[in-house]
Parts: sequence; structure tokens; C-alpha cells
Amino acid sequence: MPKLKEVIKNGNLFTAGHRACAGCPGPIIIRQALMVAGPNTVVTINTGCMEVASSIDPFTSWNVPFMHEAFENSAAAITGVEACYEAFKKKGKIKKHMNFIAFGGDGSSYDIGLQALSGAIEREHRFLYICYDNQAYMNTGIQRSSATPRGSHTTTSPAGTVIPGKIQKRKDLTEIIAAHDLPYAAQASPGYWNDFMKKVEKALNCGGPSFINVLSPCPLGWRHKADESIDIAKLAVQSKFWPLYEVENGKYKITYKPREEVDIEEFLKVQGRFAHLFKPENRHIIDELREDINYKWDRLERLERLYSD
Amino acid sequence: MPMKALTGNEAMAEAMRQINPDVVAAYPITPATEVVQLFANFVADGRVDTEFVAVESEHSALSACIGAAAAGGRVMTSTSSQGLALMHEMLYIAAALRLPIVICGINRSLSAPINIHCDHSDTMGSRESGWMHIFAEESQEAYDSIFQAIKIAERAYLPMIVSTDGFIISHCMQRIDMLEDKEVQDFIGECKPHHSLLLTDKPYTVGPLSLQDYYFEHKRQEIEAMMQVAPIIDEVGKEFGDKFGRHYGLFEEYKLDDADNIIMAAGSAAGTAKVAVDEARDKGIKAGLLRIRVMRPFPYKQIQKVLKDKMIISVLDRSDSMSTMGGPLFIETRAALYDTETHPPICDYIYGLGGREIDVENILSVFEKGEIYKKKGVEKKLAFIGVRE
Repeated sequence: MPKLKEVIKNGNLFTAGHRACAGCPGPIIIRQALMVAGPNTVVTINTGCMEVASSIDPFTSWNVPFMHEAFENSAAAITGVEACYEAFKKKGKIKKHMNFIAFGGDGSSYDIGLQALSGAIEREHRFLYICYDNQAYMNTGIQRSSATPRGSHTTTSPAGTVIPGKIQKRKDLTEIIAAHDLPYAAQASPGYWNDFMKKVEKALNCGGPSFINVLSPCPLGWRHKADESIDIAKLAVQSKFWPLYEVENGKYKITYKPREEVDIEEFLKVQGRFAHLFKPENRHIIDELREDINYKWDRLERLERLYSD
Repeated sequence: MPMKALTGNEAMAEAMRQINPDVVAAYPITPATEVVQLFANFVADGRVDTEFVAVESEHSALSACIGAAAAGGRVMTSTSSQGLALMHEMLYIAAALRLPIVICGINRSLSAPINIHCDHSDTMGSRESGWMHIFAEESQEAYDSIFQAIKIAERAYLPMIVSTDGFIISHCMQRIDMLEDKEVQDFIGECKPHHSLLLTDKPYTVGPLSLQDYYFEHKRQEIEAMMQVAPIIDEVGKEFGDKFGRHYGLFEEYKLDDADNIIMAAGSAAGTAKVAVDEARDKGIKAGLLRIRVMRPFPYKQIQKVLKDKMIISVLDRSDSMSTMGGPLFIETRAALYDTETHPPICDYIYGLGGREIDVENILSVFEKGEIYKKKGVEKKLAFIGVRE
């Protein structure tokens, strides 16, 4: 864990005045990542909530160099910046060490920007990609993405009288990225800020491409109160819905193991997007979700054991 | 000056080597692949200092180029056809962010049906994206124009495409008078960007959300930048000509002065048209050619001056606009001539789609038709050359 006393000296690199909704953990995630990365950092971002909320011309919240190109290409964009840095370094035009971070929401990371992200990692550019995953296209008004969990109501997978929300399970982006055999991939939650900041530090120092998938509860889309975001981010981890783990040079490690069993219903019942699942005719979806979660957790534990022996 | 026999693609790749850009991000596509491939060899053999980013798509190629250019680098790429179409979204962004990226473009038709051969649908389809565009007639001009493009782009703060006709030029060998590496470096000078994302002590935000209150001002400035480009192209063309003996402008006039029967064309067909002009003149036709070199910005004022008193203008278009009014070169030329008092008669011929050949006979018949139109007026505003109907 980076020393708070030290990183706090980096100042506020993502300022107040942004237009994110009350209770949105997006700015917290960005601020904590930049606190670790420091001022010698270039950021690119995909179109999405954090982009439109943070840089409304002529204002900007970014106290580091920042670029937005389009919806699907912050990973490609940062590789261009990093390539130019490498070229300048080779020519002696620049000497300082710099960090490169690309941000994207789940829509731009799991869906439309997956190709650019995969390509950038395969090319082994030195950059950190942070996905703030609020599990739907929140910026355009809560449409389903491939990150949307089974059973969730969204405006394009509405809980209707015949179809009870999204019927498919969500894509596991962290595992897809880990399959690139990159130096560092992890999952984090704003409910565990120390775990997240430690992962940012590891990622930035891994010498190559790295990836962190951070769950980002969305009061608007998940339908919970604004002051509950962090509690829900903790519940997601405690119920094993969102395991905190890392894959460092292929080695799996679960970085937080809940001490007590918390059933998935505890996580679901505080969010309006799952309210319809508690009707008797839909309860089987909760059972399916529980099965999905147990399967993933069991798999993670096996993978962890595989490398601890 | 060294002289070499090179294909169009080899000439373009050599030009890129001599420019020695900071970053090249590119993706293979026929017929531009060779440019990328040859350049990768220069990188592998240490003949350039460039960071070569072999991306996973053309969309990412231009996205990475934009990132590198915003970081302050001199940046180039190469593409064709579907590749340029996949870049379409990013073309607008590169131009609006005022980044002087240069594309070595190889003109190829667009799918469907899929076809790898030449027409101008690809770059013509991008003509409203804010990129400056030069159609090179042959490899020497392509080679020379790439150096000029670097200079023009960095002076105008706008990106530029220099394109050759796929296969016809890209894969055909020609004698090229090369410049020495040092001459190239002296001509293009050092890249001096206004801003850089790497200057962390002066952090700046690129590409913010700009709504009703500021978006229009940004676009107005971009339009203004394009309005100021024509003299820069002339200036750089003159600088190049004064140094190396080959002068370039917005368009080329071939036996245009005393001609009354004019053909307008862009790209390699203009070479064929020059032969047709000579043959038509042997037959007593006062034939001439206006070869468009710069398509963006469109040199409408200069065109008005040289065409206003002509008796018939036949435009050859290697793409269509699907407006049902004809091809883009015709539509824009006709719009330019609206402001003349003489309103010279003008008609359009679509030719060569998907690489269909056009020969001297085809172009001679256009001049002959022009002779009839001179007397009787234009009978057919839009015709097609060499197609089964």
C-alpha cells in the first residue's frame, strides 16, 4: 500500500467542480488512482460518464494532461502517447519517468472498445487501463452492456411481464484480460480503497500493460440512494458478487476473503434494478445468480491454490 | 540527386524513411500494405528512429496517431479504401483537434462488391472530414508531395492525405529523382508543436465536451484554418520547386491557355489525358487539361479564373456522389463556375470504378463529344465511360 502521507503530497489531480451525479464513485476512483500515479501522468478516456462530467469546455477537472478522442479508443490513444514518449526518450528530448493511464466505462471496455484494449495489451505498451464498471451504459441512460449482470433491469433489458430483465449472464472482462498473459490484472472496489490503491501502485510498476476492473455502483442505474454507493461496493465484495483479486504474472491471488457468509440477496435487495427478482416467479434467477457467483468464487480459489502450492 | 526505379508504394515508403517520423501506427490493407511493410523493414534494420505501432485496426491506427500527435510527435500512417472508411470517425477528430498527421493514401474502391482496385470513392468519401487532400498523378509527385504535406500540415495545423491510384501507380515502377536524406530534413525542419501531452508542468485538456456554447466556435476556427490553406500549399510548393526544380500548385494546367475544349481529372487518368490532349490537337481540336492536384481545400476561385471562358468542360470522375447529380469533382467544379458570368457548359463522365481501365481512345471520344457539345450544347449532363449498360 502506498504511504498515504506520501501520496497526499501529489495534491488533488482531479478537482472538484466536475458534474458527476451525487454518490457516483467514478471521481473517487479517478482521484485515488491519480493520487498514486502522481502528476507525471497522462490520461486518456473513452466517451462516457466520467468524460462528459469532467471536461465540459471551457472547464476541466484534470490537473494532469488529459485527452478524450472517442468512445472506443482510449487504449489505442494512450498507446500513441506512450509511443511518442518512447520516441522522445530515445532521441533525448525527454528524460523524466511518466505514467500512462487510460480510463473507460464498462460499455467502452467490455463492448465497443474491447478490440482496442486487447490490441494495446498485446502490443505490450506500458500503460494502466482502469475500467470503472457500473454494469450498463449509464451515460446514455442505463442501457444493457455485456457487463450487465443476469436479471438486472435496464432500459434495453427491461423487467417486463414476460421477460424479467437481462436474461444472459455478464461477460468476465477481468478473465479475458488475464488471458492476455499480461504482467498485472486485478479487480477492485471503491469500498476497499486501500486494496485499490495498492493495486494501482503494483500496476504502474509492473513494467508493461496492466488492467484494473473497478466496480462502480451507480445510484441512478442501480436505483439506490446516493449515500449508499460505498456500502453497496462493500456488499458486492462481501457477497462474492465482485471478488477482489489480482493476477500477477499469471499468479492468482484473492486479495480479500469475506470472513462471514453474506448471501447474494443482501446485495440484490438494496438495489431497485433487481427488485423484480424477489417476485415468486422470478426467484429462480436469484438462484442462478448465486450459482454463477459460487462457480466463479470456487474457480478463483482453485486457481489461487494452484499457484500457492 | 540519386535516381531510382521505384513503385509508387516504394517511393512513399522511402519518403517516410527520409522524414523519419516520431511515430507511425499502421495496419495492413491492399494496396497500401507494402508501404507499411517496407517501413517496418526500415524500423527493423534501424534505418529510422520511429516508434512503429503495429495496431489491430485502422481505427486504432489513427487513434494512436492522434495520441502521438497530441503528445507533440511528427506522425504518419498509410491506408486505403475500407481502412480509410474504418478511420472515418477518427478523421474528423484528428482534424478538429488540429493535429498535423500525414496519411500516405492509396486510392481503392469501397465494398460492396469487394474490390481491391483503384477508384477515388475512399478519399472522396472523406472530403468533408477536415483533411487536406492531394491527388498525386504519379510516383514522383507522390514522393515530392509527402515532404510538402509534412510542412503544409505543420504550418496549417491540419492533417493531410497524399494519395496515389491503387496498383496503377502504387505497384508500377517509375524513375524517381530522390532527394538526399539531409535535403529532406533541411526542407521539413524540426516539428515544433504548440502543445504536448507530455508537458506535465503545463497540463492541458484535449477533446473536451463542447456543447451549444462553444462547439460552433471550434468548428468556425477549423473552417477558417482550411480557408487559409491554399496560399500555404502554393508557398510550400514554390519553396520545394525553388530548391529541387519541381514546382507544384493547387492544380496543373496542360495546354490549357489556348484550349476551348477542356477535360478535368485527378490522379493517374490525367497522365492518359495528356496523351489524349496531344492526339486531339493533332486532329485540330483545341484540347486542354486541368488536373486537380488539391481536392481539399477545393481551389474554386483559381478554377473560376482559368475555366470561365472555356467552351466546354468535361469532368472525369473516378467516383460517384450518389446525389444523382454526378461525381464530386463535377459537382464542386460546377458549383465553382456558378459565380462566373459566363457559366461555361460542363458535363460529367464517371469512369474507372473498381479499377476499370480508361485509355486514350476513351478520353479522345470525350474531346470529340465536346466538339459536338460546343456547337449544340450539352446533351447529356452525366455519362459513363466503359461500362456495360
